Amino acid sequence: MGFRQAYRLRLRRKRWRLRALRKRRELTSVVDRTGAIRRSDLLVCSTFRNENLRLPHFLDYYRQMGIGHFIMVDNGSTDGGLEYLSEQPDVSLWTTGASYKRARFGMDWLNWLLMRHGPGHWCLTVDPDELFVFPFCDTRPLRALTDWLDAGSIKSLSAMLLDMYPKGGESARPYQRGDDPLQIACWFDSGNYTIERNHKLGNLWIQGGPRARTFFPEEPYHAPALNKIPLVKWDRSCIYDNSTHALLPRGLNAVFDEWGGEKASGLLLHTKFLGTFAAKAAEEMARGQHYAASREYRAYATGGETAEPDLWCPWSETYINWRQLEILGLMSKGNWA
Amino acid sequence: MRLGVIMLVHTALHRAEAVIRRWTAADCPVVVHVDKATPREEVERFTAALADLGEMVSFARRHRCEWGTWGLVAATQDAAEQMLLKHRDVGHVYLASGSCLPLRPVEELKAYLAARPEADFIESATTADVPWTVGGLSDERFTLRFPFSWKRRRKLFDGYVNFQRRIGFRRRIPAGIVPHMGSQWWCLSRRTLSAILTDPLRLVHDRYFRRVWIPDESYFQTLVRLYSTNVESRSLTLSKFDFQGKPHIFYDDHLELLRRSDCFVARKIWPHADLLYETFLGPLPAKEAEPNPGKIDRVFAKAVERRTRGRPGLYMQSRFPNAGWENGVTSARYCVFEGLDELFEDFAPWLARLSGAKVHGHLFAPEGAEFEGGQAHVAGALSAAPGLRDRNPRMFLTNLIWNARGERQCFSFGPADNQAISWDIAKDPSADISVVSGAWAVSLFRSGAPFEVIRARAARLQKLEADHIAALRSPYAKAAVKVWTMAEFVEAPMEVLQHAAEAAAPQAGTGRLTEVPKMADLAGFGRFLQQLKNEGMHPHLMGDYPVDPAPLGKRRSVRKPYLVR
Repeated sequence: MGFRQAYRLRLRRKRWRLRALRKRRELTSVVDRTGAIRRSDLLVCSTFRNENLRLPHFLDYYRQMGIGHFIMVDNGSTDGGLEYLSEQPDVSLWTTGASYKRARFGMDWLNWLLMRHGPGHWCLTVDPDELFVFPFCDTRPLRALTDWLDAGSIKSLSAMLLDMYPKGGESARPYQRGDDPLQIACWFDSGNYTIERNHKLGNLWIQGGPRARTFFPEEPYHAPALNKIPLVKWDRSCIYDNSTHALLPRGLNAVFDEWGGEKASGLLLHTKFLGTFAAKAAEEMARGQHYAASREYRAYATGGETAEPDLWCPWSETYINWRQLEILGLMSKGNWA
Repeated sequence: MRLGVIMLVHTALHRAEAVIRRWTAADCPVVVHVDKATPREEVERFTAALADLGEMVSFARRHRCEWGTWGLVAATQDAAEQMLLKHRDVGHVYLASGSCLPLRPVEELKAYLAARPEADFIESATTADVPWTVGGLSDERFTLRFPFSWKRRRKLFDGYVNFQRRIGFRRRIPAGIVPHMGSQWWCLSRRTLSAILTDPLRLVHDRYFRRVWIPDESYFQTLVRLYSTNVESRSLTLSKFDFQGKPHIFYDDHLELLRRSDCFVARKIWPHADLLYETFLGPLPAKEAEPNPGKIDRVFAKAVERRTRGRPGLYMQSRFPNAGWENGVTSARYCVFEGLDELFEDFAPWLARLSGAKVHGHLFAPEGAEFEGGQAHVAGALSAAPGLRDRNPRMFLTNLIWNARGERQCFSFGPADNQAISWDIAKDPSADISVVSGAWAVSLFRSGAPFEVIRARAARLQKLEADHIAALRSPYAKAAVKVWTMAEFVEAPMEVLQHAAEAAAPQAGTGRLTEVPKMADLAGFGRFLQQLKNEGMHPHLMGDYPVDPAPLGKRRSVRKPYLVR
């Protein structure tokens, strides 16, 4: 990388920082318990809108993993999720009615909160419908992983988004608040992902899975990006560039091995398709607050004319555990044993 | 004689305390060295907690122990001197760290050592003979200077190493010393240890090793060779290192592995591994067995291999090799047949019956992938849609082969298909490509389309196939390639079929084919080619195809019609 490009990326990083500083004014604190964060705590950062249905399981799942504190941003929820979260002892909550899109899909808000509370902590930035899975997650807490990463001077971990879906239309079995969404959305695509390198930021661009297969067969370039780097040892200099797909400085994006080996990686099980999706797609389309003119939601609405798209196909796999995902080659233990 | 333990600790002091109690309960005096960087309150709490053990525990002078520096050796020396001086009845001294955990009753270790009073258990090998080096430094760690920290000043460290290499700088190794290295966790006999520490030349040795890189892996390992009469070159501490020289860590889920290893002490234990500490610091069953770390070795060797070599043919979020570093472009052998499906009417079902392999049609056909059985998806939910496939044809192929691990894949390919993978399959060592060149003309010949259209199309397909064959024959090609021209094919069609059958089912052997597919009717094909030639489009890929298909007729030995005028 030449000096010019390095400097350009530096400016870009400064720009996102300034933007995050500016956008902090849109946030109003509801409950600030960040004083209770201990030095060794692992943090979860998330934005949400009308996710009350998922929040109890979301909190349980990550508490069990060993998360010490949740930093949450509410974007105009009207379903009681805000009230529910404000009562939780390990949640610090902000709210905003401002545009999600103009905050770069919530990233500016989270960047600000990460700048403020993240440095020195391992921070996991996920949406409420994303469940993080890592090697040995059934027998070791997240701290085992972060300690191991620390010992190897590794600062970030890749976790591709793996779309989970139910069989036979989404509303086949209604999801109950507090349930494990993987009981319903337990299917996934194991081997239809395409990967390219993004040489500018040094990250990978991954597409594919059921959404590409069902909604974007004609225009696969527009299919959603699945590469994510949600787990980062936050530092003052870090900033998320484009959602959690890429970070700056770009060394943090080097989460893959180029010389034939495998680095350790996890997965984000994406439980978006739960029977609540059709209504959500209609709403989100009307709001037009999502990436690339909500193309994704438009594709959903037209792709599944029945309003309940069935993503299932005879070659879908049923989710068992992380070892299965490792054997299928979707994630890797790397040299962690 | 007793067993003395030197323990170097820096974090997780409550765990170290529990382990110290384990040692002292078995009548082993412990000398503790606490890193100078450990916060004072923690150290005070730690020493106060151990006060009740009295003489059994003492604390050595504190040094700053940064990885790869002299501090670790200095700390060990001081602690060892203190041990030898304070506890006259100690026969062996065991060097352990705060994250070491005894896996078997200490009595068994004591008995093991008592049976070998002269032995020194220390891994010690000459640098030339082992590949353990990290960072490309083996001999040089003994002949260069390392004033900069590798952890904090990597650029300066590397720069200074390169500078010394360039100007040809070499330190002189003191006379009588042959550099050895090995695991830093040892167990030495009193005799050897005191000989090392009271050597009249110790000052010389210390001055030399002070500037060696990672002296804790070489100081005792080298000097033991001067004094010991009985070096057992292995460590009694089970400690595995990964490819970067960092120790592997043990967690609760390693419990069974550790139990069955029969090793005396293991390192390094994750401080939060409650179950391990609970189990191994509780009552343990007595065992009489030699340490046997073989199984653990295999687990960790596999992990290192996964990190350095990876799974061949896998492309994923944390493995995306640069060109040439794939360690196998695809994960398994597969067959590509070009032209055969044009020449035999039911080639695919015949081959599938014969070989048991998955035989697809044209995977890269413009209308979409022709999966076996006309499916819309195959294993891995790989879609047949042309848009998705052409988004990244190379990954379409690698995905297909990866998803179907354990089942041989075969498919047809031709100049009418997407040519984007032409070079990829040519360069893939696991591809087995059989080509009958020019066979694409058969379907043109039988299409009955207007001759103008046929001529233009033939010219285009010939160009594409010529390019493809050039790729197959280039010096970069690594695939197993066999090319016949149409002319060669009609001479001996069985040879081609035999080859295809063997490629698709190599395990089936080379028996004679009992069943053959029906060959396309080629009567008049020679005439058709001549017609193309007459129009100025020379079909050169077919070879010297006879205008009159005599060879075929001869082979079938059908009687010629007999005409009487």
